[in-house]
Amino acid sequence: MSAQNQQTESLGPPKGIGPMQRREMRLAYLMLAPTFAIILMIVAGPLLANFWISVKPVQLADLRPPTVLVNERVRGRPEAAGDSAQIEYRLRNSSQDEEIRDVVLTDKIPNGFDVTALPDVCAISGTDLTCTIGTVEPGWRDRLRLEGTVTDAFLAADRPERQSEPLTSGDADNVLTNFNFTLENFQRIFNADEFWSVLRVTFYYTIFGTGGALVLGLFAAQLLHTTFVGRGIVRGLFLFPYVSPVIAVAFTWVVLFDPFSGTVNALLTKMGVVADPINFFGQRSIEYSLFGIPMEFPLALTTVIAFEAWRYFPLSFLFILARMQSINTDMYEAAEMDGATPLQQFWYLSLPQLMGILSVLFLLRFIWTFNKFDDIFLLTGGNAGTRTLTVDVYEQGFALSNLGAGAAVAVVVFVVLVTFATLFIRFSPKEEGL
Amino acid sequence: MKPGSILLAAVTGLIWGVTAIVVVAVALTLITGEVALPQATVAGIAGLISALIYVWRQSSETNAGFPAWALAAIALFLVLMIGSFASPFSLPLSTVPVWQGLALILFVSGATWATSVCLSGARLGAMSRYEREVIYIRIAKGIGFVIFFIIVALPFYVMVMTSLKSQQTLLANPLDLSIDFSQGLDGLFRSYVELFTQFNFGRYLLVSAFVSVATVVLTLLFSVPGAYAVSRLRFPGQAFLARSVLLIYMVPAIVLVIPLYAVFSQLGLRNTLTGLLIVYPATTIPVALYMLQGYFRGLPSELEEAGLMDGLSRIGVILKITLPLSLPALASVSLYVFMIAWNEFLFAFMFLDDPDIFTLSRGVVSLNSSEVPRQHLMAGAVIATVPVLAIFLWFERFLVQGLTAGSVKG
Repeated sequence: MSAQNQQTESLGPPKGIGPMQRREMRLAYLMLAPTFAIILMIVAGPLLANFWISVKPVQLADLRPPTVLVNERVRGRPEAAGDSAQIEYRLRNSSQDEEIRDVVLTDKIPNGFDVTALPDVCAISGTDLTCTIGTVEPGWRDRLRLEGTVTDAFLAADRPERQSEPLTSGDADNVLTNFNFTLENFQRIFNADEFWSVLRVTFYYTIFGTGGALVLGLFAAQLLHTTFVGRGIVRGLFLFPYVSPVIAVAFTWVVLFDPFSGTVNALLTKMGVVADPINFFGQRSIEYSLFGIPMEFPLALTTVIAFEAWRYFPLSFLFILARMQSINTDMYEAAEMDGATPLQQFWYLSLPQLMGILSVLFLLRFIWTFNKFDDIFLLTGGNAGTRTLTVDVYEQGFALSNLGAGAAVAVVVFVVLVTFATLFIRFSPKEEGL
Repeated sequence: MKPGSILLAAVTGLIWGVTAIVVVAVALTLITGEVALPQATVAGIAGLISALIYVWRQSSETNAGFPAWALAAIALFLVLMIGSFASPFSLPLSTVPVWQGLALILFVSGATWATSVCLSGARLGAMSRYEREVIYIRIAKGIGFVIFFIIVALPFYVMVMTSLKSQQTLLANPLDLSIDFSQGLDGLFRSYVELFTQFNFGRYLLVSAFVSVATVVLTLLFSVPGAYAVSRLRFPGQAFLARSVLLIYMVPAIVLVIPLYAVFSQLGLRNTLTGLLIVYPATTIPVALYMLQGYFRGLPSELEEAGLMDGLSRIGVILKITLPLSLPALASVSLYVFMIAWNEFLFAFMFLDDPDIFTLSRGVVSLNSSEVPRQHLMAGAVIATVPVLAIFLWFERFLVQGLTAGSVKG
């Protein structure tokens, strides 16, 4: 160590990467390797695969690759040693429209069965049976029979043919890995009437959900910025909606707002606020007229947005509160001396100080709200005019069983997201340290 | 006497009178199941008069006789009772008299307290803009507390109370969210008992606990070395890495779900816990790495250098110096990751078909059908919520740190 220091002193600053630095680098890469591997495998890989699937005609059912199904049984009812019997394999191609190549059947001959005649395609070495069947057509069925005689060992065993499972192997075109491409998925989603309304709903949901959560969070932070007895408890309570599992709070909202047995509707009708129960999550829109112009109020979408704001206000509240507590109080004292009123202090002092965190929160929450799937899926299932792009991925891919179309919507999601992320990186204030 | 000041006092009293009667009436309705219609107009006028009396007494110089708040409370009570013909909740006083009495006391004390806090220092004479704004802000904050308390507490109250009801009582009166002790403890917790005996929830609880803990362990195993490398070791691409970690956790799960579903189906990993334990850590490692590297950077590197000088290897330094120093950060990261894994819904829903390996989230979804009564669904929700809330309340400090450091994922 000291020798090396002397050397560097005499030679001036080292050029390039020294051996210690190289070792450090190697260690760093080694420590990062597992993280890299799993992220490549589970995040980067699927992202690319998603693009691949989006240009392929894949249905949900195609995920089960075509195979040769086999069924083995003993024929001829042997009763004593020396009786003749057959072992029969029934084979079937599971697919009705894909051929399977290089089909091979392997099995072990049961103990005590002496083979006397074999089908042409089969061969025996020791107790191993191998039948090379070759290429089979879609929907193909066949039987292979082994003739033979039995011994006592065979008769004594219970269901001797079950001693070993027959195995088949074969190659089939897998629709996921072949080179058939199509743009049909994208055509289908872009031509669907609902796509543009889905896009519009997504933006309404994202903008108002994010905005609502921020405004509620800002308000809640103002409430808790003073000290009072039980402040810690109230802060804990305010975090409940965010900490609880989405599944619990979403179903609670569904029960709470249920048109028939929900508490909110019962309260509203019994207290005479509304005449008939309102189906908050099931009714697409309420019509009303403003100055004689008929308008529509998107009811279910608004309820879902309210849920979003309710569930995520705690997060913005935490951040804003933390930022407010770090604002220097000297400034307020000075303002107080100069006679600034409380609202003026909030407007001209607090708000400008909070703008940085508010904009970072808005951008990040915007992206996360855009990505949100669980909440809407659990509340409305994407019905009643609440289908966003993410719910559409599920709808296309799994409800309609068209994986390709689902992946195509996911590509749209990803492209929009990358646009946002670019904007975010460009405009995020660096000093907030996020 | 200034009309502006009088108006301010009157409006404050009106607002609190109406707010208090509505809140108390709704609470009374939900607790007793009797429909309590609040006499909001009368209560508003009562509040108005009592606020005026309060401010008048407060701003008059004489301190003799009753204190201002006592006079205001008496006025509030009298006007309310006379104006509503002795039935402020539109119920005859003979129904649930104890609860009605309690509600009245709550209304009078609540409205008086809120009015007097809001209007302390108010006068009927001229007031400066500063003084008026202080009162506006007090009113806004008071209303804010009431609203936030209701919107946060009401859903959880409904969740717990619904789970303790039976199907008939729920349908007969959806407003009755009282605890019916007459059915005994067995009847009260019937939904829970049935969930654990017939719906296999004990197993779901175990599976959820196992998956969450395993995710925490795996995440830490991967992210601690990674975070250490990013924060302490110098290598080309370090800055780029530290930043791109943030980008990775902006990738939405729904974009990954179709390819993972396809590949896991082919590999036979789909309907297994192994599959979940591959996916969950992958989604939490970037967050954990980001949180930990921020903390590691804040530790003084001299300590580690001293350890290196004294002959420890890098691994030794990490195990003996860095990790013990960063226990608080490890706790926050663990709790945060635990919470994410416990609450995860999408992958559990897509991947798991076999009821033997359902996580709680997946198990509760399976209750959401028309054949399963509502109180079972709510009991399932309570079972899923209680462990994570208990952990949260126990370690609130760490978890709040984790939430803020983990940025805004979720």
